[in-house]
Amino acid sequence: MLKYVLKRILMIIPVVIAVSLIVFFIMDFVPTDAAVTALGDGASDEQLEEYREAHGLNDPLLVRYVRYMAGVLRRDLGTSYANNMPVWDLFFKKFPTTLMLAASSVLVTVILSLPLGIIAAVKENTLVDTAASTLSFVGLAMPNFWLGLLLIILFSVKLGWLPSTGAASWKSFILPAFTCGTGNMAALTRTTRSAMLDVLKQDYLRTARSKGVSERRIIMKHALKNAQIPIVTMIGIQVSTLIGGAVLTERVFALPGVGSFLVDSILKSDFEVVTGFIIMLAIFVSVVLLIVDIVYAFLDPRIKAQYSKS
Amino acid sequence: MAKKQSSAAAASVKQNRALEVWKQFRRNKGAMVGLVILILLILIAIFADVIWDYEQDIIATNSKARLISPCAEHPFGTDNFGRDMLARIGYGTRYSLIIGFSSVVIGLLVGVPVGAASGYIGGKFDTILMRFVDTFTIIPSLLMTIILVSIMGTSMINLIIALSISAIPVFTRITRASVMVTRNNDYIESARAIGAPTTTILLKHVLPNCFSPILVQATLRVGTAIISAAGLSYIGLGVPLPTPEWGALLSASKSFLTRAQHMCLFPGLAIMITVMVINLVGDGLRDALDPKLKR
Repeated sequence: MLKYVLKRILMIIPVVIAVSLIVFFIMDFVPTDAAVTALGDGASDEQLEEYREAHGLNDPLLVRYVRYMAGVLRRDLGTSYANNMPVWDLFFKKFPTTLMLAASSVLVTVILSLPLGIIAAVKENTLVDTAASTLSFVGLAMPNFWLGLLLIILFSVKLGWLPSTGAASWKSFILPAFTCGTGNMAALTRTTRSAMLDVLKQDYLRTARSKGVSERRIIMKHALKNAQIPIVTMIGIQVSTLIGGAVLTERVFALPGVGSFLVDSILKSDFEVVTGFIIMLAIFVSVVLLIVDIVYAFLDPRIKAQYSKS
Repeated sequence: MAKKQSSAAAASVKQNRALEVWKQFRRNKGAMVGLVILILLILIAIFADVIWDYEQDIIATNSKARLISPCAEHPFGTDNFGRDMLARIGYGTRYSLIIGFSSVVIGLLVGVPVGAASGYIGGKFDTILMRFVDTFTIIPSLLMTIILVSIMGTSMINLIIALSISAIPVFTRITRASVMVTRNNDYIESARAIGAPTTTILLKHVLPNCFSPILVQATLRVGTAIISAAGLSYIGLGVPLPTPEWGALLSASKSFLTRAQHMCLFPGLAIMITVMVINLVGDGLRDALDPKLKR
């Protein structure tokens, strides 16, 4: 098992190398000149050339790439052109907000979707089931950021209960968490429902019933336990996309997170930040996927046995 | 002669199959409602120039009619420049549908051949190609689109290209998966045995049998593309104003959330309904093409 985990951790390295290469390559196509971004339009040609020499911008792509990656190992992601701060520090200044948003959103999704999916499966083809699938259907078609705007109108503008922007207190996270959380609800409810339906039809549940085990215990203990894997997989995917992709929600609620800073940096052509942030996000997404794989082993002894063999 | 007959027979088999799918599809009420509304939206998109005058109804400002709430004259109200929201949203149908459909078509044109080659050839080629595709999926697709648009510059064409690039991995994966299932069938084996060239086998025997999952996924991706496009326009990286793209309309509404909520409500509803009807058609297609997949 430990060997498997170590192997999986090592597998993150090629992923990071691949992602960083892609990002580096793409950034090389950018027509903007980093020297101009850093020094402003007023700088003379000599000044610009001096800056390029000093920062190694004239070196070939591969040389710059190797130098950059060597820096990453020393926790050096370069310096932001726009505000002269180390990209590493900027990332970890913004990351807690994003992490908090991801965690609270997942909490909302799980609290709402799991019961709904389970009930929909147990009461298949009843009113509850139809209501759940209708809700999922609408949820899938609703743009997340629009839901955010609607929530602001209702809870901030009309009722005045919750703040609409910023990250001043835990209250600021309620609306964003519901925006992202309910956005992911459709997928998790569907997954839970179909995973539960697969399990509910199996023979061992009939055996349990015939032994007189209570229905509640059958669903919560016998059925849910075997439906966990697809559910956990879905939650893992959602966490990983939330870490990198909650850009729009962060923008709608002016949350100072990673995604929204990344978009600002793109708009400002601050590509040192863009490169560094994407590499860091790739690492964190890989870590989340690794954690999901490890969680499998705890949930299912069969998978643990498989890991131990490999 | 015999060849002619067999190809005529094959054509009639194909026709029968299409008829059967249509019969199945027609039985699905939701899918039919979706299809009717979708056709209506497509008609609005095509005839937008006939229904509205771009310069006068869509772009021209009118300071006397600013931020009017929905009323008989302006069923969806007016925006901060006094322009009729119904006309702007109606005209915007064009952009969302063009972006949604064309990005998916481009994604298909690249993703399907790559996925088919990968799945059919297999081996090391497949492994390396798939690892490459996987690295693209590590970067969240919305972020990828944002980066691509910011590099290429904001315009509708660039937005379509960026969206199709992020759709490619999805189509590659799904085509590869179904090709891998199909290629082991006996009839493929016999086609190979009689010496049919690989491209013929792929085009005539393998791909037609992978058609259903690809078509269903493509339909559903149109909805995703429309939502992503709106999102990008919302943060100012999509179709630039004053073009009445739905995401751009939502972006403009943000400064007026306290005074003119209709500016936010209707463009969002337009996106939601469009994506919903496309998904309805997609679900209907899935059930009609492959009854096994039916929930």
